[in-house]
Amino acid sequence: MTPLLSVQGITKRYGAHIGCADVSFDLYPGEVMGIVGESGSGKSTLLNCMAGHLRPDAGAVVFDTRAEGPRDTVTMSEPERRMLGRTDWAFVHQHARDGLRMGVSAGGNVGERLMAVGARHYGDIRGKAVDWLERVEIDAARVDDRPTTFSGGMQQRLQIARNLVTGPRLVFMDEPTGGLDVSVQARLLDLLRGLVRDMGLSAIIVTHDLAVVRLLADRLMVMKNGRVVEQGLTDQVLDDPQHGYTQLLVSSVLQV
Amino acid sequence: MIDLSNVSKTFTLHNQGGAVIRVLSGVDLSVAAGECVALTGASGAGKSTLMRMIYGNYRAEAGAIRVGGIDLVQAEPREIIRIRRETLGYVSQFLRVVPRVPTLDVVAEPLRSVGVAQDEAQERAMSLLAKLNIPERLWTLSPTTFSGGEQQRVNIARGFAHPYPALLLDEPTASLDAANREVVLTLIEEAKARGAAIIGIFHDEATRARVCDREMDVTRFTPAHAA
Repeated sequence: MTPLLSVQGITKRYGAHIGCADVSFDLYPGEVMGIVGESGSGKSTLLNCMAGHLRPDAGAVVFDTRAEGPRDTVTMSEPERRMLGRTDWAFVHQHARDGLRMGVSAGGNVGERLMAVGARHYGDIRGKAVDWLERVEIDAARVDDRPTTFSGGMQQRLQIARNLVTGPRLVFMDEPTGGLDVSVQARLLDLLRGLVRDMGLSAIIVTHDLAVVRLLADRLMVMKNGRVVEQGLTDQVLDDPQHGYTQLLVSSVLQV
Repeated sequence: MIDLSNVSKTFTLHNQGGAVIRVLSGVDLSVAAGECVALTGASGAGKSTLMRMIYGNYRAEAGAIRVGGIDLVQAEPREIIRIRRETLGYVSQFLRVVPRVPTLDVVAEPLRSVGVAQDEAQERAMSLLAKLNIPERLWTLSPTTFSGGEQQRVNIARGFAHPYPALLLDEPTASLDAANREVVLTLIEEAKARGAAIIGIFHDEATRARVCDREMDVTRFTPAHAA
């Protein structure tokens, strides 16, 4: 089986400082991988390098494209990469306002991504937008309201709807539940799990919340100082951590 | 069906002075289809550790653990996930679920993930929950607020929903009353009859005598307690 995404030796430096160094892994269709580590460990740098937001100093990010098979997205042209970002890739930001257009209605936010891939029929676009709002548990009556009138949890769900409406195959998520209160988090996790299963999505989730990765991720990668210190099956890494840093991380979680 | 050869396990606690705890060494065990083997030994002997290693939850330091012909010690995460989905079931002592998910869906999920249709999966879940005496009015609620015994029964229903060829049972009858224990024992007997290979930890001797074909004392694989 061809990996959906093959990350090979990704390195990014900020001057003398290391963002992330020599990270490699393969992600297969339907797999969800979590990346954990304390802040400054390089996990967001890595995510941004993979998603094409940052240009890595070295390494390749090979994606199995629908039309041409495996292609290195680091060396492909900017328009090609942007096209991927609108079709097969999705990016869920920690702060919904980074991923939404706050001056446009909820329906418009969802519809815009459809139009970017060629949808033109107003009725179809609106119908699909309403359908997606309901899938992420936003009342269809709010379709014409701006996201500025939404709560934090609703904004996050709207961002997810906007991202998934075009049926991507790979979703990058940066702390998708960060900053939300726990009851809203639980609802979002439940929603994400259902979507991942029903749509057969592959996802890469960066977070510092070990409970989130336990529920969502099949595999886990632990980063420290820009390097991967341990990776494997999620419950194996969390229940039987091998590296000293992972042991510290797991034993530092407060039990409720 | 389940084959262990020369399996060893050591825990190294890097943050506690690098303490090395040798838990098991040189474990050999082979369980055939339709057979049930009980792990015995005092608390701390490594029964649960061994069981978790067979599930791929703990990493084996050495040796091979084959389930349905695939060595879980060497397998890639996605292979282990596939084996857990299709071949190897595990009833742990604790129920771990996503908050908000109804009991019926929790029990039906293993069937849904091997591609069984929604209606059929739900029907099987209902029949198991009814058999295990979980009141019907609780089926649409999340099991997170259930009592310990109810949670354990939901866990058992979930573990027996899909007919796994291999099953691991960690004290499945621990906090159950006589009537419910009887139901669980019947489920185990039915699983054996359809050819499942089972490894279990049962504290109750009568249970062992009834469902287990042989016992393995884990203590003989426990190395002398080194500092």
